[in-house]
Amino acid sequence: MRAIIGVLMAFLRLFYQSVYLALSQIWANKTRAILTTIGIVIGVASVTAVIATLTGLKTEVLTMVEEIGTNTMVIIPGRPEEGAKRFASWWTIRFLPEHFDDMLEHCPSVARFSRAAIINPRTIQHGEESVESVKITGVEPSYHDIVKRPFTLGRKLSVIDDMQVHQVCLIDSKLHYKLRLDRDCIGQSILIGHMKFIVVGVVEWRPPMEPGQSPENHYEVFIPFRTAFKLQQEPPVIAFAASKSTEIVEDAQAEIRFFLRRTRNMKPTEPDTFEVSSIKRYKEIFDAIALILTLVAVGVVSISLLVGGVGIMNIMLVSVSERTREIGLRKAVGAKKSAILTQFLIESVVLCFVGGLIGIGLGQLLTMALVKIPRFLNAEFNIPMIYIPMWAIILSFSFTACIGIFFGMFPAIKAARLDPIEALRHE
Amino acid sequence: MIAAETDKPVIRPQNDKPVIKLLDVKRVYKVGVESIHALDGISLELHENEYVAVMGASGSGKSTLMNVLGCLDRATSGYYELDGQDTTKMSDVALAHVRNERIGFVFQSFELLGQLSALKNVEMPLIYSKNGWWTRRKRAENVLERVGLSGRITHKPNQLSGGEKQRVAIARALVCGPSILLADEPTGNLDSKTSEGIMQLFDQLHREGQTIILVTHEEHVAHHAKRIISMKDGRICNDIPSNHGQADKITMQNNDIHGESS
Repeated sequence: MRAIIGVLMAFLRLFYQSVYLALSQIWANKTRAILTTIGIVIGVASVTAVIATLTGLKTEVLTMVEEIGTNTMVIIPGRPEEGAKRFASWWTIRFLPEHFDDMLEHCPSVARFSRAAIINPRTIQHGEESVESVKITGVEPSYHDIVKRPFTLGRKLSVIDDMQVHQVCLIDSKLHYKLRLDRDCIGQSILIGHMKFIVVGVVEWRPPMEPGQSPENHYEVFIPFRTAFKLQQEPPVIAFAASKSTEIVEDAQAEIRFFLRRTRNMKPTEPDTFEVSSIKRYKEIFDAIALILTLVAVGVVSISLLVGGVGIMNIMLVSVSERTREIGLRKAVGAKKSAILTQFLIESVVLCFVGGLIGIGLGQLLTMALVKIPRFLNAEFNIPMIYIPMWAIILSFSFTACIGIFFGMFPAIKAARLDPIEALRHE
Repeated sequence: MIAAETDKPVIRPQNDKPVIKLLDVKRVYKVGVESIHALDGISLELHENEYVAVMGASGSGKSTLMNVLGCLDRATSGYYELDGQDTTKMSDVALAHVRNERIGFVFQSFELLGQLSALKNVEMPLIYSKNGWWTRRKRAENVLERVGLSGRITHKPNQLSGGEKQRVAIARALVCGPSILLADEPTGNLDSKTSEGIMQLFDQLHREGQTIILVTHEEHVAHHAKRIISMKDGRICNDIPSNHGQADKITMQNNDIHGESS
């Protein structure tokens, strides 16, 4: 036991001494040390910045997904990848409203469901004000529950609105402002095309779900599903559904698929001419993309760290040959091989750590810059302030330590193997 | 004083226990197919508190003898006993311990580390020692005081004169309380006046009981020692006690006796 403690103490003393020596050595050669560690600095900075930004984006996407609800499903027509309907026109595979009749009775995992008719963008007018190409959707009452869209004013569309084909509408808060409607605009009328609609509610504005669409001029109006058919003959129909819980989304998808195949009179061998996709699935896709990005970043960074490591090795070799006499002296006064080895190994690790430390600082600055990008692009979503996660810091530190050990090993062994007599004679 | 730290009396009586015992030590270097006998059968006994000068022309093997005595090099054959311990069969680690605890080196070119203060330079051997770690600062201060440098412990080597540098180097050699002090041309890089100061320091250390081996080719340096060993072609050709004023006679003897081993 005493022996073990003795060995441990000896090691700790050596460790302390080596760290002290390494730091003073680095301090003595500041410029050289900084130039040497640039590879490590860049590597660590980029990997931590990528990880931090991806982590931030991930939380952002996660909150977005949770806002909409992970149990939400979207049902849209879609050409199969094979079979006769591969090249079918959209018209032949379109949804008819009656395809969804009695769906809730046949799909026990589905809690809510709403058809949606996509109307071509129209111009909305109120008094002097008009807004062009507004997205108009004919929806059923449960739509806003499914996509968890909160109301700021008024009421939902009701079943009666739908049944009696009332000309009522919901507008989003941005349109409300843009049209200069009264603060309490319930009961006021607007013109959609040439038809007069009465505003019954205001929903919160939301950025467009479709990628690539500018949120700048994005306005939405919701009207009852059946009323939509008055605005446009045979509008494209899609549907939204929510499963009873997130865990059974897959069950719900299967049930809907089965049900729709029957109502669309499809033969068993025929591939689906529609898609039932879940938000959960989108999230999984995003996760996969994030993972791929991380892996690519890690790959790029490994190369940069490798280059940095070679730089470290180079400078350590220089250091060893510069300090040959010192090594000879240390050996002459009783330093063991292991002591010399430890000294140089720790020096290279400390050098890498210094690089890692600078790199993490730089990585944080880089993250702060990356976070600002959406704001420069005028995207409506903002990534909140991100800090490099702790695990990324620990990871980069241990990785740089490994690099220090790996690339410092050869010079350190070279130093430890020096013959003291030769070393002391070295010029 | 350092003696208190190392439990050695300040003035040690000369006794018969040999500190160093060499028996037919050979050191052979192989250069290609040729073998060079740097040491060709050296037998030697040194007792505690002896003050020995090893002399010889360059290539006579005195540096090799120094390296073997200092455990930096191993004898090719023969027997070398230091403080009653056979060093020929020791491992590298054990030899490092021996160098650390039993041997103090003083070099011609001082070999101080430029970025460390005098105190840190002197502390250095204690870093590698088993017991000296915690008391290293105090011990280093004591030794620096002993060599007369107590006022300059925070100076870096480039702020010190040549003589002061060598004093720091001597302090470093003494800090572990070695059995023998090996000095390789300690005055080789110094002017005669500074040399004299350093030699007086060696004399003083000898009076305090230190066993000292000097390697030199300067007569006046060698005559500070009490015993002069002359080497030629890897052998000891002359081994006589020295006293001041006998320089001419010894030179004569050196010239007369060739190839004789003691």
